[in-house]
Amino acid sequence: MARIELDLAHAYRPHPQRDEDYALLPLKMTFDDGGAYALLGPSGCGKTTLLNIVSGLITPSQGGLRYDGRDVTALSPQQRNIAQVFQFPVIYDTMTVAENLAFPLRNRGVPAARIKERVGRIAEMLELSGQLNARAAGLAADAKQKISLGRGLVREDVSAVLFDEPLTVIDPHLKWQLRRKLKQIHHELKLTLIYVTHDQVEALTFAQQVVVMTRGRAVQIGSASELFERPRHTFVGNFIGSPGMNFLPAQGLGGGIRVAGRDFATPLPRLADLDAFTLGIRPEYVRLAAAGAAGAVPGVVTQAQDIGTYWLLTARLGEAADAPLLRARLDPEQAIPRVGDAVWLAIVGAHTCWYRDEELIE
Amino acid sequence: MSAIKPVNQKAWFLILPVILCVAFSAILPLMTVVNYSVQDIISPERRVFVGTEWFKAVMRDDDLQGALLRQIAFSLAVLVVQIPLGIALALSMPARGWQSSAVLVTVAISLLIPWNVVGTIWQIYGRTDIGLLGATLAALGFEYSYTGNATHAWLTVLVMDVWHWTPLVALLCYAGLRAIPDAYYQAARIDGASKFAVFRYIQLPKLRGVLMIAVLLRFMDSFMIYTEPFVLTGGGPGNATTFLSQYLTQKAVGQFDLGPAAAFSLIYFLIILLLCFILYNWMQRVGTADRSEAEHG
Repeated sequence: MARIELDLAHAYRPHPQRDEDYALLPLKMTFDDGGAYALLGPSGCGKTTLLNIVSGLITPSQGGLRYDGRDVTALSPQQRNIAQVFQFPVIYDTMTVAENLAFPLRNRGVPAARIKERVGRIAEMLELSGQLNARAAGLAADAKQKISLGRGLVREDVSAVLFDEPLTVIDPHLKWQLRRKLKQIHHELKLTLIYVTHDQVEALTFAQQVVVMTRGRAVQIGSASELFERPRHTFVGNFIGSPGMNFLPAQGLGGGIRVAGRDFATPLPRLADLDAFTLGIRPEYVRLAAAGAAGAVPGVVTQAQDIGTYWLLTARLGEAADAPLLRARLDPEQAIPRVGDAVWLAIVGAHTCWYRDEELIE
Repeated sequence: MSAIKPVNQKAWFLILPVILCVAFSAILPLMTVVNYSVQDIISPERRVFVGTEWFKAVMRDDDLQGALLRQIAFSLAVLVVQIPLGIALALSMPARGWQSSAVLVTVAISLLIPWNVVGTIWQIYGRTDIGLLGATLAALGFEYSYTGNATHAWLTVLVMDVWHWTPLVALLCYAGLRAIPDAYYQAARIDGASKFAVFRYIQLPKLRGVLMIAVLLRFMDSFMIYTEPFVLTGGGPGNATTFLSQYLTQKAVGQFDLGPAAAFSLIYFLIILLLCFILYNWMQRVGTADRSEAEHG
């Protein structure tokens, strides 16, 4: 196990000039020993590149990384003692399940008795004990992925276990089981786990700390509630949550601020002096309000959908065709306005965030 | 139950053209061979039904037994040399970039040369007076002669076939190797596998499908080899490089023994069919059979 410190950047082509040339923009961060981390972002955001750099499959083009203070930039995955599980199950076709699990240990010359003990323990943990002598090639996708997982966990001295979207090929109901299994394993083995995914539910339930990435940049590192309550970047607000955060253009008026044609007292002193900035509020925190209430704006309902546990209301703020839309998640217990109704929605309050150039204003 | 389907036999007319074509091009010619194999035809008017007489006769023929043994030995040697060599070649070929295209084209050259030209090339190549190979061997002190020495002739035919056809095995294996996802190699690196372990546990098992095709193709082709040894050695010296198809041609076209030749054609056909069947089933099973009997018990 190890504490992993990164201070690096990576470009696949030589001589990067602009930001777009980088797969991974300059980044400085630390994965603490024994933590469970997720790298979350859309396809092509650089999360797999970052993971492969941590494991040693890719050498960063700038900077380097340290394990427990030791510079490992030039070391191979074997020397770093990393375990990695890939998106598609990788199994050795000609071997049995037990031989598959023993493979990383056999390659390192571990004594046979010790191998047997470790394989038995990991198989038990992953509920593979009954299939140890079966040929791995004949098993279902989830069992195969469990074998890949087992090969990652079978060495007890690994620096970290890395997962690259390991549940992509797994059926939804098994996904949930395997995810719980992973959490349980983290709890029992206290390993450093880094988990790459584009699924926010997976990331938020698995990890203590989530690194949200977009276009080669880590825009925020935080717990699930931090990402939800205080997105540091509009991308985080939009990407996390279902649906994502509402964003409305706003401007400072010297004394107060103006949003969607209504004037408010400024919640942060700095905002009043800014020309243009953005208001962000999660649909969960948008409330129905009385006409003319403090912090509320008027609108007309354009859509009201029953999503089962809540209603999703969409309202247009203003008459113009390009007037901003605002979405609200409403409790089905209350009276839900119908399409065409005029409503007032409270948007300025304790949960409202303010952004300038996509960054949070504090 | 829904309504009973109406019976309509008109569909048979749709496959009639195919049946006619296949009958005209394959079934009828084959039946002609069967016809010859069970009769002694002296002239169109005088023919005698001889039953299995020709079959018995060719099976007892020493020349045929010799040719069959040589043929089996040759095909085995071809497989033993060409399959490992083809795999090794494929493993050492560059995977991407212009180098890979250049190597692919170079490797494929020998496959584009007509059979009889291959024979001619080697006939000249092996001559001690004007051929590069023959002259070099002679200069090194070997008394090399593919026309005089049976072993030399046999080895020359084998090396010629290896030269001609190993690229096919290599190209098939190359395609098979490129189809292995990168994740396997990455996982092997993470698992600390040696180069040999990567070959033994990833590349070889993943090549099983293309190797089966390569083995069957090379077996069938080498078992039917005719043109190259015919041009190179003419089957000699003596009978040293007379393989089955050449023996058959001598019988049918040279001596005009159509009855025995027809009987032997059928036996030849059955031998190839049987050996391919055995090879195919063996290769299907190797590496996939479950080691724990209880699983299927």
